[in-house]
Amino acid sequence: MRIFLFFILTSFTIALIIILSIQLPIGGSNSPAFGSFLSPQHGCWQNAEPADVNFNADIKLNGLVGSAEVYFDDRLVPHIYADNDRDAFYLQGYLHAKFRLWQMEFQTYAAGGRLSEIMGAQSGTSDFLAIDKFFRRLGMVYGAEQSLKASEANADTKMEMDAYTAGVNAYIETLQPHEYPLEYKLLNYKPEPWTNMKTALFLKYMSYDLAGSEWDFEMTNAKRIFSAADLELIYPSTQDSLDPIVPKGTIFDKAGLVVRKPATIDSLYYNLHDGAQPPISKPDKDNGSNNWAVAGSKTRSGRPILCNDPHLGLNLPSLWYEMQITTPTYNSYGATFPGAPAIIIGFNDSSAWGFTNAMRDVRDYYEIKFRDGSMKEYWFNDNWVPTTFREERIHVKGQADVVEKMAMTEFGPVMYDPSYPNKSNDEKYYAVRWKAHDASNELLTFTKLDKAKNLTDYKDAIGTYQTPGQNMLFATKTGDIAITQQGQFPAKWYRQGDFIMPGDTSYLWQGNIPDNENPSMYNPARGFVSSANQLPVDQTYPYYLGGSYPLYRGIIINRRLEEMNAITPQDMQQLQTDNYNVFAEMARPMMLKYLDESKVTEDELKYVRKMKSWNLRNDINEEGATIFKVWWDSLEIAVWKDEFSQTDLPLRWPEKSTLLEALLKDSTFKFIDDLKTSERESVAEIMIKGFKLAYPALKEAAASNTLGWGKYKDSGVRHLLRLPALSRLHLPIGGGEHIINATKQFHGPSWRMIVHLTDEIEAYGVYPGGQSGNVGSKYYDAFVDTWAQGKYYTLLFLKKEKAQSDPRIKWKMTFTKA
Amino acid sequence: MKIFSAYVLTILLSFAGGLFFPWWIIAVAAFIVSAIIPLRPLVAYATGFLALSSLWGGMALFIDVQNNHVLASRIAAVLPLGGSPALLISLTAFVGALVGGFAALSGSLFRKMLERKTTSNTYGNRAAS
Repeated sequence: MRIFLFFILTSFTIALIIILSIQLPIGGSNSPAFGSFLSPQHGCWQNAEPADVNFNADIKLNGLVGSAEVYFDDRLVPHIYADNDRDAFYLQGYLHAKFRLWQMEFQTYAAGGRLSEIMGAQSGTSDFLAIDKFFRRLGMVYGAEQSLKASEANADTKMEMDAYTAGVNAYIETLQPHEYPLEYKLLNYKPEPWTNMKTALFLKYMSYDLAGSEWDFEMTNAKRIFSAADLELIYPSTQDSLDPIVPKGTIFDKAGLVVRKPATIDSLYYNLHDGAQPPISKPDKDNGSNNWAVAGSKTRSGRPILCNDPHLGLNLPSLWYEMQITTPTYNSYGATFPGAPAIIIGFNDSSAWGFTNAMRDVRDYYEIKFRDGSMKEYWFNDNWVPTTFREERIHVKGQADVVEKMAMTEFGPVMYDPSYPNKSNDEKYYAVRWKAHDASNELLTFTKLDKAKNLTDYKDAIGTYQTPGQNMLFATKTGDIAITQQGQFPAKWYRQGDFIMPGDTSYLWQGNIPDNENPSMYNPARGFVSSANQLPVDQTYPYYLGGSYPLYRGIIINRRLEEMNAITPQDMQQLQTDNYNVFAEMARPMMLKYLDESKVTEDELKYVRKMKSWNLRNDINEEGATIFKVWWDSLEIAVWKDEFSQTDLPLRWPEKSTLLEALLKDSTFKFIDDLKTSERESVAEIMIKGFKLAYPALKEAAASNTLGWGKYKDSGVRHLLRLPALSRLHLPIGGGEHIINATKQFHGPSWRMIVHLTDEIEAYGVYPGGQSGNVGSKYYDAFVDTWAQGKYYTLLFLKKEKAQSDPRIKWKMTFTKA
Repeated sequence: MKIFSAYVLTILLSFAGGLFFPWWIIAVAAFIVSAIIPLRPLVAYATGFLALSSLWGGMALFIDVQNNHVLASRIAAVLPLGGSPALLISLTAFVGALVGGFAALSGSLFRKMLERKTTSNTYGNRAAS
């Protein structure tokens, strides 16, 4: 009896321990393993950082060559003072890992199509296996391998990457399981060693985010229902109110590379009506940014001021991590990418630099003809040519591996084939040709900019840069300002790659636009350079650009910069956080002009009046901003929905500027007509229809007290795992699409920086996050409120002698060779 | 006195074990203590339960106060415990206690099982000690 009782209870105890040691499926996703997760000596409690945490330390590391000191200021920004560059990159890796290890790894799992390995094939509503397959078949790993080869072929970059990787691993090696970042404990896995390939994958993810915008499948679908003339109206390649980066009227040289249109362009391209399903994952089309620099002629101090705010998905832990790096060869401060060496956006003793996205279309698709289903031979140059195959093995948690076999062709990797069907057209083979597949070394540019002293250094730094194409802004203490749309861009004939192309050699990219023909501007007479993702040039530029370009931020930025004089950094702070809606300024009079008020009810009229008296600012409490947005969106539905319902295939929704510019100049715009009615509608009729569509939503917003713009928009910064408890939601912040303060719901200014190039550099910055990636630290989200209020921190750019005594320095780590 | 010794010993052994072994070392600790110190099974259960709820609850509370509840508030919203640090501390204490209690009970029954099989000599030795 006692034996029996003993065995029963011991078995029960062991079973209890086992249950507490595994992840339990609860509500479609997995719980943490509760035993270790709750254990105060192992689990989440170990991540609870004391409020008065002390970061002082003497650390001995094998990998150092010399010694180094790192001072942390009161915002937990490290200021590295190292004996040489190699040690500086080593410590950058070490510190990135110390404060941001989980996100660094998670981002590379995403980029490399490995999420299933840690999340399982499916979790909650997310199909991780589908996401992984997509990234693999897009050629992310392939592209990262190419870029890694190119980067490691450069001795300086190789040293930099090796040192960084060694630094990350030096930290990982010291890490005990109880010290793992919280997310590892939640998901029950552990960190693996860092590699240069992971850095390459991270950078490739930035290319996905910034150079992955295209609508080739949607546009191909659109050809089925719209004529070529209609397509020009719905998807125009330029805009009337455009204020390009390089001003209109600039004279461009004749094209250095003349592209030949294929002979079959009418039969096989424009008029071939096909249908296809677009990729499952797309970068946010508003991944963009503002940057501008004003010359000394426009500032109070007589010195340039440079400003930049990249607009990206707003996540916790943040994409950015602030850092100062000082070695005998350079001294630089700015925002870094945890996952990569160098300072990305920042300044040094002599200059400052920043980026916005170029938005060019550098990803196209070709329909490939194979001899048979084995994909061993494809049609190329009037011959059957052998393919090679690439295997992508995906480990899936709790399941057998999934292997994706891709045929590689001169047109690019075959992304879609019958084993990975394109849903609308599963018989066909589509290869993807993407600039990010090409070998490139982006780190070289960032590292050179970190050290750049003058325009010559700037040109040298950006000259080798390929993908993702950026508007690279630069300013120096000596008074120079410059901007260049830099990248390696395929030279295209008109509309090349807007639609899926035939797998015919005459449709291949014929070469790159020569570097010296990339749009650029140095020290213009107007005293400023700027970019906000608008078209870089007018129609006289001799190449077709493709892509999609938001128009309005560029207009308002240039208008303001034109007006401003005796500018101070504080003026620039106001400009960077400005909520004026120039799109509404142009659209509202037109909307009110066409609205027949005799056809709206008294209650509906209340909203019209509110919008009429609105100050055109998307500030937090403005109700007019919400009314305008809802009405405009409804108007678009009233105009386009009938045309776009002609097919079940996915289409690309037209840009806002397309409808606005059409209605501003043409009251007979053909798409105003509702195809479902026999009579021909007027703009006034469609305006009323749009308003009536908007009214219920507005009434509901008013009833739920969310008519105020900030509440309606409901901005937030989300944890990478989308866990609300680890996110900062419902932030009081204005702004939005087409506004300089481009804060949408979960997307917006991810780093705001203003650099005044005075003798002692005066710089301001803020990002919606915090220096620590640890959920249990008060530094996790320390900057979020400051960012939401539109305030800035003064960035501490210190010489080593001053670092020891500066009152804002709180902690010191010394690093010596073990 | 035996109860108090078992309580203290379980806490000390669990804590020390936790420094070097995975979390389930608390079960081993509670088991060993109640296998060594003779207690009636239900008393052993209660002692293990209380010891681990004190240790885990106490440590969690200490950490939470030092942390100004930053972590616990967030985790208690993930789990979901309504964002209450007190509930997370209680859950922590309870999970530790449950494992500690059943392990101690098993240890006590282990001892009983051995007692039956062993000679009176063992009794004598232990009584003398």
